[in-house]
Amino acid sequence: MTRPEPAALVWSDALLAAAVFAIDPEGLGGVVVRCGPGPARDAWTGALKALLPAEAPVRRVPSRIDDDRLLGGLDLTASLAVGRPIVERGVLAACDGGVAILSMAERLEDAAGAKLSAVLDRGEVVMERDGLATRLPARLGLVAFDEGIDADERPPDALLDRLAFWIDLSAVARCDRYEGGVGPGTAADARFRLWTVAPPSELVVEALCVTAARLGLVSIRPVLLALRAARAHAALTGRTEISAEDAAAAVRLVLAPRALTAPAEAAVQEPEDPTEADPPEEDARKPETQTKTDSERPEPETPLQDPAADAEMIIEAIQAALPDGLLDQVKLDGRQSSRSARRNGSGASVKSVRRGRPVGSRTGPLRGGDRLNLPETLRAATPWQRLRTASEGGARIQVRQEDFRIRRFVQRQEATTIFLVDASGSAALQRLAEAKGAVELLLAKAYVSRTRVALIAFRQTHAELLLEPTRSLTRAKRCLAELPGGGGTPLAAGLDSALQMAQAEKAKDRTPLIVILTDGRTNIGRGGAPGRAIAESDAMAAARSLKEAAIGAVFIDTSPRAQPGGDRFARAMGAVYAPLPYLNAGAVSALVADVQSARR
Amino acid sequence: MRRAYPFSAIVRQDEMKRALLIAAVDQGIGGVMVFGDRGTGKSTAVRALAALLPPIKATLGCPYHCDPKSDAGLCPIHGEASNGRRPETEMVGTPVVDLPLGATEDRVVGALDLERALTRGEKRFEPGLLARAHRGFLYIDEVNLLEDHLVDLLLDVAASGENVVEREGLSVRHPARFVLIGSGNPEEGELRPQLLDRFGLSVDVKTPTELADRIEVVRRRDAFDRNPDAFHAAWADADAALGVQITKARARLDKIKVPAAVLESGSRLCMAIGSDGLRGELTILRTARALAALNGAAAVSEAHLREVAPMALRHRLRRNPLDEAGSTVRIERAMIDLFGP
Repeated sequence: MTRPEPAALVWSDALLAAAVFAIDPEGLGGVVVRCGPGPARDAWTGALKALLPAEAPVRRVPSRIDDDRLLGGLDLTASLAVGRPIVERGVLAACDGGVAILSMAERLEDAAGAKLSAVLDRGEVVMERDGLATRLPARLGLVAFDEGIDADERPPDALLDRLAFWIDLSAVARCDRYEGGVGPGTAADARFRLWTVAPPSELVVEALCVTAARLGLVSIRPVLLALRAARAHAALTGRTEISAEDAAAAVRLVLAPRALTAPAEAAVQEPEDPTEADPPEEDARKPETQTKTDSERPEPETPLQDPAADAEMIIEAIQAALPDGLLDQVKLDGRQSSRSARRNGSGASVKSVRRGRPVGSRTGPLRGGDRLNLPETLRAATPWQRLRTASEGGARIQVRQEDFRIRRFVQRQEATTIFLVDASGSAALQRLAEAKGAVELLLAKAYVSRTRVALIAFRQTHAELLLEPTRSLTRAKRCLAELPGGGGTPLAAGLDSALQMAQAEKAKDRTPLIVILTDGRTNIGRGGAPGRAIAESDAMAAARSLKEAAIGAVFIDTSPRAQPGGDRFARAMGAVYAPLPYLNAGAVSALVADVQSARR
Repeated sequence: MRRAYPFSAIVRQDEMKRALLIAAVDQGIGGVMVFGDRGTGKSTAVRALAALLPPIKATLGCPYHCDPKSDAGLCPIHGEASNGRRPETEMVGTPVVDLPLGATEDRVVGALDLERALTRGEKRFEPGLLARAHRGFLYIDEVNLLEDHLVDLLLDVAASGENVVEREGLSVRHPARFVLIGSGNPEEGELRPQLLDRFGLSVDVKTPTELADRIEVVRRRDAFDRNPDAFHAAWADADAALGVQITKARARLDKIKVPAAVLESGSRLCMAIGSDGLRGELTILRTARALAALNGAAAVSEAHLREVAPMALRHRLRRNPLDEAGSTVRIERAMIDLFGP
């Protein structure tokens, strides 16, 4: 991780991000503020509100909001009073021209994240709900409060990709005073000037692209957002064109925070000499205005003979503005994977819940806490109205109990299988390969068994996380492409880190199952101390704490002949013991599937 | 609503663009599934397609924009009117309907018109998105996040070409022939194979990794953001040319010859990679024919076949998780084995 930055710098950058965002909220998508509730976040939010136009709506959105409040739906009371369907605007449409503040964004489900993303992309809410079909303008920026603690706990990746600024206020959570920043007048002026800023020079565009590539960012959206941030920054500083300084600020605010958290994916190929990169002539269809705008572009402030050298100069200016060593760290952390496919998705369902994803409606009596699906209920009642009013007269619409349609929800109960693989000694490579095969087999049928898979290997002195819990076969293949093997057998360290992960999964409402593949011959204790005796007693202690935590486990003994050692560990951790001397991926995955289904 | 980005201004992503054009030429191929990383322009391309599609002739004021010829007897409103006198028609744009996430089932399939029912006590069917998509395209972004029951329903209608509604005392059936286009990010969850198989074509989109391409993407996007109208004007000719290409290809489609040798190559390829059932063979031939029509060729050649093989077959391979190579590579390998490099 980056070394902690001086708090003052963190705070001033956070304020700068607020100011740049306030100039072009719609174009910049939004800000992720990673920090628990407290004075720092309140001060930042206050500063942002002051910078936004007075008439811009700012609304809070809870992360567990229902679709009918988020996107809009039928207005119950008004519809009944008037006798025809009345549209109720959702929160997003109500924020048109302003900012929506999403609290506890790390709890947001993928499906809700995708809905938010769609609205941010289109600038409108397309509503096809409750018998209503309408479009409502929703040009807004989003502030997402991320209160996650683990690196794993954060808002959906699809949403993060669309938000320009990622700021982390935890370093300044305990300050006495929060001050500084730009005055509201300056922001208002800048908003007015925003589109008078000249088109970006080729050099700025190239510098941003090259920097993003060097930071290992693959998605192209961050570059587009950085360019918009650079433009807003230019407007903020009163410039009429985007300078190297604006580009540097945009890189620091938009690209740099993504560099360490983003997944290492296929690297962008930089030409041997980036300065020779000509913009491609895609076809002969290259539009004419494009070249025209280019020629109309005013010369850069400091005209240089060699434009290529200029691009490098901007890149240098940008690099000077980056935190020390960031580029080097990016290269080292090639393995760093992004957070796995997220909690939502598939899993066995827990029935009759009152939260979660709506899945149609059912008939039946309305019990406490049930939620009526009004449009469906009215539809069910309508065909009978003539009969009912004829016999009883009175009210305009008569709804009886048999008409009630109650909303149904499902909430997913998911399983996570954690493979803990002994990567020590001579049989390591085979064990790893079969474990990897089992991971992929399980994922390939994950749509049936609804499970997530993770892999931890232990060797030499410690355990190493090779695959974070994921449902994605694509990701598993990438992360498990190369596996290290050999060295001592730190079983205790392995069990400890599997336990830690299992507890983290439990906290996310998933049911963990640890699958251990080892011959049980441990020789490294906790903290890397060699010696069979200490290693065994440490491993035994770790096994017992697994049992105490009531975490399901399967102990697969891979030694050529079953031996009492493995059995003893298995009993200590309350695991299913399965000797599999002829280890193969198919048998492992079948065993895991059996245990999983038996536990349901 | 923001304006759609012009189709022809999309940098690279040739396979995705080609698959969409092919689906526009032969609507019977069975839809396109676009898999890809975030921010690769999946939605942009599909939404841009609408501008290329030629207008269609439809019965005047029909909510299903029914075709007086092919929908005769099928449209719940104009089913009988076609006997004898010819209905009045109008030209309407080919519908490209976006199925928004969070859509409820009543709006997708259609339901009792609440307003009419409440105010006038009339029992009337209010057509949903499936009716609106008839004779056009239905686009679902993030298919893997859509409720299972909605996905099943959509696939069923897409396969049968007819929407049958039996609810709230209504019994309505109406034609709903549309090209289903889905997109999704495989990192956010896999798609059920039986669902995948229903799509005719499948393309994998990757973020461009050439720096020069990325610079061009940023440049064009910025020009579009600054002045959408001027940007559209600049690309109008290129888009119009693509529209003409689609119209011409549709007219030619039935006349394209498929030589026996190409038919055989298609079958051999499907056998070599072990794709299940006959759907692969049928799709690869129809797709190659549509490509030949787009290219202005008189007959389908082996080159056409090879060009479309990955998109027509990559989602039909039996999954072998232990095979490191992706399905595209496996198809390429099989083609080299069979037809030479």
